[in-house]
Amino acid sequence: MRITHGRRRAPALLAAAAGLSLLMSACGSSDTSATAPSSSAPAKLTGTVTFWHFFTDREAEGIQKAVDKFVALNPGVKVEVKKGQDDDKTIQAIAAGQPIDVVLSYSTDQIGKFCSTGAWQDLSAYIARDGVDVNQIPAVVRDYTQFEGKRCSMPLLSDTYGLYYNKKLLAAAGYSAPPKTMTELTDMAKKLTVLDGKGSIQVAGFVPSFGFYENAPAHFAPSFGATWFNASGKSNIGTDPGWAKMMTWQKGLVDFYGYDKLTRFTSGLGQEFSADNAFEKGKVAMMIDGEYRNAFIKAEAPSLDYATAAFPVDDAKPELYGSGYVTGNVIGIGRGAQNPEAAWALVKFLSTDTDTVVGLANAIKNVPTTTPALQSPKLEKDANYQTFLDVFANATSSTTPTTASGKAYQDTLGTFTEQWQAGKVPDLAAGLTQVDTQINDQLALGQAP
Amino acid sequence: MTLVVETRSAGVVHSAARGRRRRQRLTVLAFLTPWLLGVTIFFVYPLIDTLYLSFTRFDLLSPPKWVGFSNYVFMATKDPQVRTAAYNTFWLVIVLVPARMVFGLAVATLVTRLKSGLGLFRTVFYLPSLVPPVAGVLAFVFLFNPATGPVNQVLAALGLPEPLWFNDPSLAKPSLVLLGLWGVGDLMIIFLASLLDVPREQYEAASLDGVNPWQRFRFITIPNISPVLMFAAITGVIAALQYFTEAVVAASVASGQATTGGGNSSLLGYPEGSTLTYAQWLYNMGFKNYYLGYASALAVVMFVISLAVTLVLLRRARSLVYGVEGTR
Repeated sequence: MRITHGRRRAPALLAAAAGLSLLMSACGSSDTSATAPSSSAPAKLTGTVTFWHFFTDREAEGIQKAVDKFVALNPGVKVEVKKGQDDDKTIQAIAAGQPIDVVLSYSTDQIGKFCSTGAWQDLSAYIARDGVDVNQIPAVVRDYTQFEGKRCSMPLLSDTYGLYYNKKLLAAAGYSAPPKTMTELTDMAKKLTVLDGKGSIQVAGFVPSFGFYENAPAHFAPSFGATWFNASGKSNIGTDPGWAKMMTWQKGLVDFYGYDKLTRFTSGLGQEFSADNAFEKGKVAMMIDGEYRNAFIKAEAPSLDYATAAFPVDDAKPELYGSGYVTGNVIGIGRGAQNPEAAWALVKFLSTDTDTVVGLANAIKNVPTTTPALQSPKLEKDANYQTFLDVFANATSSTTPTTASGKAYQDTLGTFTEQWQAGKVPDLAAGLTQVDTQINDQLALGQAP
Repeated sequence: MTLVVETRSAGVVHSAARGRRRRQRLTVLAFLTPWLLGVTIFFVYPLIDTLYLSFTRFDLLSPPKWVGFSNYVFMATKDPQVRTAAYNTFWLVIVLVPARMVFGLAVATLVTRLKSGLGLFRTVFYLPSLVPPVAGVLAFVFLFNPATGPVNQVLAALGLPEPLWFNDPSLAKPSLVLLGLWGVGDLMIIFLASLLDVPREQYEAASLDGVNPWQRFRFITIPNISPVLMFAAITGVIAALQYFTEAVVAASVASGQATTGGGNSSLLGYPEGSTLTYAQWLYNMGFKNYYLGYASALAVVMFVISLAVTLVLLRRARSLVYGVEGTR
């Protein structure tokens, strides 16, 4: 009898639990609404703004100074700053319905998701109402701060990539100028490499291994004019010859060193973001890195005799020289913001007020993201930093595309490159085509039916 | 009349008994409530929610949309990484769990035979298991660094080959096994307790019968500690199926990308996917790529496999564990 009762109750309990589950799932993420702005900007801002950002230490102090300036100009507003909040934390907080007024992300990879899901509010109405000129933002930056025409973020400083080279090591090898083509880079890398008596690498001219420091396919792609997606949004890696050229160049240099020998060498190098960085220690003569490395060198290896240049390009595409990979920080208003007007005012202030942008660039040593800030005489710059300003301004500089599936497509290619450089891909063309299939499948997985 | 009175009094007695039973049930329920709440909130609800989400497209930021079995179809046909992750995890279950059990038992047996310094050696062998996993892995990977690690320096001094250890796809998993053996103290201590609990008289009787050490181990020690061995096997298999922290940290440190701030190396499973485990892939798909629906499907499969393995082991336990009712 009891068993019968139990049998009767079990489906009911399961159904109740399933219902509860559905309800709670829906509660967690159903609010996709954004608050419509009023027809005119409020004369006086009041209230509290919560501001989550990822910066810490010295860089967080730079942000705090800018926020203090905003509060001084808007005494009715209180800004509650939470530093050290990465994308994972902000995404989970927004998904849980926690109201965050202003969010700052270090990566453009999730912009597609932020915009398409409404996790970050569409800023178009605010921009139009306040007459903000988005054309003061360079095209490549405009590109990575929106998704499919929906602008849910503004830029807040950029990272731009170029070549760092050790002048002393180059001079010792008889070079007075950095390489401009991949052939020159390869030749110089070979000549700059120093082996010991056992054939082990002591100094590498250029470490080509994918995964080493900033060696990512995305960072090399602009030098080969390689594109990620075609016009119909499908993966272009197997079709665009730029990728095959990049892989072939990279593997050629890996084979010069020997994969095992190179692995042994890189495993003994210091961590990228430490005072033991191999370039700062003179163990690597040339490397690709962002403009922020200048600040690290100044702090960690001030006596290093180095210079910067645009990264070398495919020999067949000399017109690309001067370009590079550009990415950056993005700032927006979170879904469910409690004080959207003040939040927008803070976003606008941090991203477009020239003195503020310049002040942040000077403090954090990133590239400013508006034309007036780039041209400001207050922008502190030397020759090594100027290189990145020039790369940033180059019309052929490019970024990684935003997708609703984040950076999964970059990870898929990253997995392939590991196999490739280890010599485990017999047919490059077939391998890249397979990467296309995997990326397209993953994109489909991220799209609602 | 009498009959009516008896019937009435029987009815009163029956009613009182029912009331007492109800009160008893309520008391039991009251005592069980904290447990029931805990199980419902932290086990039943997540389990059912995960099962439901596994049939949806869900990115955490927008409401889930029903897609039927497509996540499971993707898993079976379009995700090469899940095959790599499943293979690596299966490898760890097959190699790591028995290796740790054998090594843990060997160390425990060795310690029981010590004439002096038992406390010292017990502490020395147990200490590594107290080290936080991340710190332990960091230290271990640095020890085995191919270029600067002391292990290879000793090998070089002896004129032996210097392997790439965590940087070599064929040695990365065995290196993780070495890491597991280094931290075998948790198993060693329960084996040790179990070994010390074996009745001395049985060994004495066996000595009088002239049995050799192997026979003593096979027919006295093993039967006596078999429940503990089974416990170690079941918990070890479940832990191996969920192997995560050590593999992530080892891959991160060995790839030189421990400081990128993303919390997870961009070179997942470095080198060449050899340390990519099923739990890592699940986490990556769920909380890095935000394919929560797909990650839920991966979780459901993992749960089913864990449950099946545990049930098989428990069923086998009836025939393997000595002293269990109805067996040997």
